[in-house]
Amino acid sequence: MTLFFAVMTPFVGAALVALASRFGRSHSAWAAGAVTLAALALLAPSAHLPFAGEMLIQQRDWIPALGLNLSFRLDGLALLFAGLILGIGLLIVLYARYYLSERDSMGRFYSYLMLFMGSMLGIVLSENLIQLLIFWELTSLSSFLLISYWQHREEARHGARMALAVTGLGGFAMLGGFLLLGHIVGSYELSDVFASGDLIREHPLYVPTLLLILLGVFTKSAQFPFHFWLPHAMAAPTPVSAYLHSATMVKAGVFLLARLWPVLSGTPEWFWLVSGAGLATLLLGAYVALFKHDLKGLLAYSTISHLGLITLLFGLSTPLAAVAGVFHIINHAIFKASLFMAAGIIDHESGTRDMRRLNGLWKFMPYTATLAMVAAAAMAGVPLMNGFLSKEMFFAEAVHIAEGHIGGWLLPALVTLAGAFAVAYSIRFIHDVFFNGEPVDLPKTPHEPPRWMKVPVEILVVLCLVVGIAPALTVAPLLAVAAEGTLQAALPEYHLALWHGINPALVMSLFALVGGALLYLSRHPLTAWHERTLDRIDARIAFNALQDGLFALSRGITRLIDTGSLQRQVFLFLLAALTLGIVPWLANDTPLTGNREGLPLDAVSLIAAGALIVATFATVWWHRQRFIALITIGVVGLVVSLAFIKFSAPDLALTQLSVEIVTIVLLLLALYFLPQQAAPEKDRGRVWRDGVIALVAGSGAAALAWAVLTRPYDTIAGYFLENSKPGGGGTNVVNVILVDFRGYDTLGEITVLALAGLGIVALLQGLQLNAPSRDAAGRSWDADAHPAIMATLTRILLPLALLVAVFILLRGHNQPGGGFIAGLITAVALIVQYLANGAAWTHQRMASDSHPMIAWGLGIATFTGLASWAFDHPFLTSTFGYMNWPVVGKFELASAMVFDLGVFLVVVGATLMILTGLGSLHRGEPRTKEAR
Amino acid sequence: MEALIALVIGVLTAGGVFLALRGQTFPVVLGLTLMSYAVNLFLFVMGRLAIGVPPVISDAAQGYTDPLPQALVLTAIVISFGMTAFVIVLSLKARAELGNDHVDGHHEDSPEGRH
Repeated sequence: MTLFFAVMTPFVGAALVALASRFGRSHSAWAAGAVTLAALALLAPSAHLPFAGEMLIQQRDWIPALGLNLSFRLDGLALLFAGLILGIGLLIVLYARYYLSERDSMGRFYSYLMLFMGSMLGIVLSENLIQLLIFWELTSLSSFLLISYWQHREEARHGARMALAVTGLGGFAMLGGFLLLGHIVGSYELSDVFASGDLIREHPLYVPTLLLILLGVFTKSAQFPFHFWLPHAMAAPTPVSAYLHSATMVKAGVFLLARLWPVLSGTPEWFWLVSGAGLATLLLGAYVALFKHDLKGLLAYSTISHLGLITLLFGLSTPLAAVAGVFHIINHAIFKASLFMAAGIIDHESGTRDMRRLNGLWKFMPYTATLAMVAAAAMAGVPLMNGFLSKEMFFAEAVHIAEGHIGGWLLPALVTLAGAFAVAYSIRFIHDVFFNGEPVDLPKTPHEPPRWMKVPVEILVVLCLVVGIAPALTVAPLLAVAAEGTLQAALPEYHLALWHGINPALVMSLFALVGGALLYLSRHPLTAWHERTLDRIDARIAFNALQDGLFALSRGITRLIDTGSLQRQVFLFLLAALTLGIVPWLANDTPLTGNREGLPLDAVSLIAAGALIVATFATVWWHRQRFIALITIGVVGLVVSLAFIKFSAPDLALTQLSVEIVTIVLLLLALYFLPQQAAPEKDRGRVWRDGVIALVAGSGAAALAWAVLTRPYDTIAGYFLENSKPGGGGTNVVNVILVDFRGYDTLGEITVLALAGLGIVALLQGLQLNAPSRDAAGRSWDADAHPAIMATLTRILLPLALLVAVFILLRGHNQPGGGFIAGLITAVALIVQYLANGAAWTHQRMASDSHPMIAWGLGIATFTGLASWAFDHPFLTSTFGYMNWPVVGKFELASAMVFDLGVFLVVVGATLMILTGLGSLHRGEPRTKEAR
Repeated sequence: MEALIALVIGVLTAGGVFLALRGQTFPVVLGLTLMSYAVNLFLFVMGRLAIGVPPVISDAAQGYTDPLPQALVLTAIVISFGMTAFVIVLSLKARAELGNDHVDGHHEDSPEGRH
């Protein structure tokens, strides 16, 4: 599973990187670099496989019943992308170390970056489509964190939210597309999908599938009309932009086009949709880029335009166009990353990115200027640069496709126009910034950046040159395997070379170069025209209007159903529940009573039930005399535990009894702070209405219980009864179910309890309540808060009670008892100390903070579960054995008992935390002496 | 006996529902407590009523009742305690922040009246 570990390395690394930042600013950068190298090292042993014509697929069952597997694939395309992600990632790590300022948190930045890197790796190495989608969504989430890294800036938060909304929506559509694809093919594995190309293209669901998947691709890769989020994402720190918009995030979309190209392409729908969107984006991006005054804004629109170019190439559906698309992915990643980094250096060293102020920087930073010039030349598609080669292939394909069609000149003409704009904005990037007069009012005096900030740019620029000059010696093998991985078939005939002779593509290139220069020369009138007209059209306005509309709609719906009154909500809820219960009942003529024989009635049960019913009525009747209601509800709880004993549930009876005590103490404490009496209700009508509802609800519940109890049933209890002893090693089946068969549920339940405890502590923070000095009848409290007899007796009782708890805990696996009950008994024993001796006395003798106890409990329970992994068993598999101890004799040891210890600790910790938290609310409140 | 249990469940439910519809927090907490008794009992008797046959394996046992509802209800009891505690603290917090103990955060005779 080396691929799995390679993908997981950045995720685990994210935590390490955050930790490393505690030791110093550079440490997290070093750690991030080490993590990236580790991921590269894990991939390296398999890197030769695609070159040998092999493909590595690694699978592990995850949820086989749903067709979900953890499966990874390393073919040429995946290898290329993994190399780009990790290679450029490494350069970004180095660059960001020098870019980020003292005020920025290094740990947070690098750990987000690692999360994002892991998600990208997951996408490109996935063999399973659903798994791919999970990583896809993870890139949306982690890029949100990266874009909003400078949280204090409004535009960063806004840009991040917009990127998340647009790409998240696309991801949702894509889930639909993948589900349809899986439905057509019958499997989510890419290998199976590749084998069913014809089936997919001829399927009636092909068009909806294609539309949904393309929606995901277009939003991610910022294709028209979803391109508007990308410029706003420029609010991110520049290393993030350099990474997200060169080799990763936006490339995920075109990666998916390449990935699914063998099965989805070749149809008219694909051709028109994909190449149409690509062409529109290509032109729009190239056009707008020329008029952006912000350095990063220019690069953003240039990125959009180049993504359009790649999309257009994949849309053309010929194998050769796909090869050109893959080639341009490589070239664009290299030159665009270096350009963003150069823009970042300029911003960093001069304090602004506005090209109207940045002029004549050549004399301040000639070295950086040279690097930027080479990269910009690659972006413009000047010969000797890598960008030239793929652009030539692109032009050639455009001519080839259009040949023989009416209006066949249109496509070559349009792409030449886009090429001319690309040349124009590249010239602007260089000429406006480095020449063109003197700088205007810069915040800082610019100078060359630190040595190591330039190194990543140097490496990339050298790559631009060597690929551009000697493609056959450098990039050719990698391109060949990546293209093969894209086509999933043999490669078409093509030739990578600088000079192909004089052909239409070369002529188009020359036109673009000359046209671009002319466009740049006439930029001032063009800019004025653009700002008067097209600049006013902004997709963001539509997006904001849509967003505001949705917010208003949801607020309206919320207001419609939530009136802000709990009483009314409860009333409506009960009414709905009753209607849903009664209507099917009326429509059904099955008799209420079944044919199961019942148990005979006995006098004791009758008396106990009578007591319960009377106590319930008393609770309802005296609910305004709250203290009395508390006593009567205690009677109810007591009878319920008696019922558990009667009907063969000793564990439940013990639990109910101890919970009863804790609950009553809790309610008493609460009553201390609440009004102890309430005025009678004025609205008699409401009382009658509620009475009727209560009556109907009660009758319904009774009828339902009666109907069930008088019918026989099938149970799965047999399995548990048979396997409890031989499989779980315990004779108390209820306990074995809790700690063994359904241990996972129990782990969830104690987590809920722990969270309830923590939530209560959080609620109690800073809570100030006035404790009354007199009770409801106007009597003052007893002066003797802690009577000596009670205090003494409870101190003697404590060890005994704890001993009982230990006994109950230990015997729980075989006899009634266990962690829950023992925990409650311990909590009661300790709370009695608080009641009898006061909080101050108790805290002197016992740690008052129960947080660690809860943490230990959850930790022990989880660890017992994890320990079974070490023996290659599923989570929480238990084991047991017997051993002979001196004196004690034969004694059973089961791993489930350790789990039960965790349960015990959580229950004790949470209960104590709740009650002592509430009890100490009035601490420090002076007891008024004169009130006696 | 079955009729008696059904009656008990019905009475507990009715009492719980009535109290849950009251306007002050304390009766609502009492009502929720009564309702959790009712629900726990109801779930428990889904294993049907059986006397003297606890699900503890031994050679002398004459049979076993269904252990599964019991395991369910055991954790339900503990969780309902956690829930009750949370609701109580919530009501105390509301009392402290809003100055009264009405579930909607205002007195019935306060100026804004009832909704």
